[in-house]
Amino acid sequence: MHELSIVMSILDIAQKQANKAQAQAVEEIELEIGELTGIEKMSFDFAWKQAIRGSILENVELKIIRPLGIGKCMDCDEVFEMKQIFDACPICKSPFVAIKSGKELRVKSLVVT
Amino acid sequence: MCATCGCGPDHHHKDEKKVLDVEQDILQENNLLAQRNRGYFDGKNIFALNLVSSPGSGKTSLLERTLRDLKEELQFAVIEGDQQTANDADRIHATGTKVTQINTGKGCHLDAHMIFHALQGMKLPSDSVLFIENVGNLVCPAMFDLGEKDRVVIMSVTEGEDKPLKYPDMFHSSQLCIINKTDLLPYVPFDLEKAKEYLLKVNPNIEIIEVSCTNGEGLSVWYEWLKSKVLVPFE
Repeated sequence: MHELSIVMSILDIAQKQANKAQAQAVEEIELEIGELTGIEKMSFDFAWKQAIRGSILENVELKIIRPLGIGKCMDCDEVFEMKQIFDACPICKSPFVAIKSGKELRVKSLVVT
Repeated sequence: MCATCGCGPDHHHKDEKKVLDVEQDILQENNLLAQRNRGYFDGKNIFALNLVSSPGSGKTSLLERTLRDLKEELQFAVIEGDQQTANDADRIHATGTKVTQINTGKGCHLDAHMIFHALQGMKLPSDSVLFIENVGNLVCPAMFDLGEKDRVVIMSVTEGEDKPLKYPDMFHSSQLCIINKTDLLPYVPFDLEKAKEYLLKVNPNIEIIEVSCTNGEGLSVWYEWLKSKVLVPFE
């Protein structure tokens, strides 16, 4: 259940940003969680619901962008979609693949009032 | 002048919305502290290893054996991570090695912040080896950099050989895999070749060492690996 640690870090970031902007409330938060990160969506949602209670994010609208896993083969330069972090190149079968996207784990933006 | 109501420049609407472009990595705080730990290790020439595995694969036994066998050659210290009890720290203490126990309580992994505070109380000697034994868990510790030089994942032949496929994040982020309890191979259906195939499929760069902490088989290879990694200090 490391998702709870992740949610607590998000709360912390939001709180600090809101304080800095002297905001009263956060209306919307946009996250970027890549498909290849070790985040289980159901655990995340469960942790989220519990953690935001009584916090500055209590009534926030949560938007999550899920970038697809994209890899580039280091041998033949093929660019392809990855379902797993260890997917081999579908063309030349090389296991040496550079992950181009899918590992994002960011707070992108907040809408505050 | 405000375009909404025509008021002066000091006026703030109660429901005024503002978009903050945060663009911050969620793990940034952990990663910054991990880098701080890493700098400390580099500065003191400490070779820090993060040991991860599922519960019961033999992390503590491997440490006990290693600490006893190499104590004349290398200087060691250990950080033990468990949810509860100081049992593992007691086992390490019995080998005569400096050890600190971190109890994570309900937590399922160590993070860089916990290590940062543990280090403050340890006063580690320069040119030494630090083993950080993580909480027994192949999922959660994978995302948390502690500042270690290398991550060592341990699996044992009493587990399924498909562990690397089931928990790819952990095996993907490790530099070395130790396959433990090889003395039990004749009695269990574990397919060693398949295990290695799966390991290399998930992480083509991973090194693999097979050992038995019970009969000592393969331990010399692990010791050589360890000694080869401990950098010779600058004169």
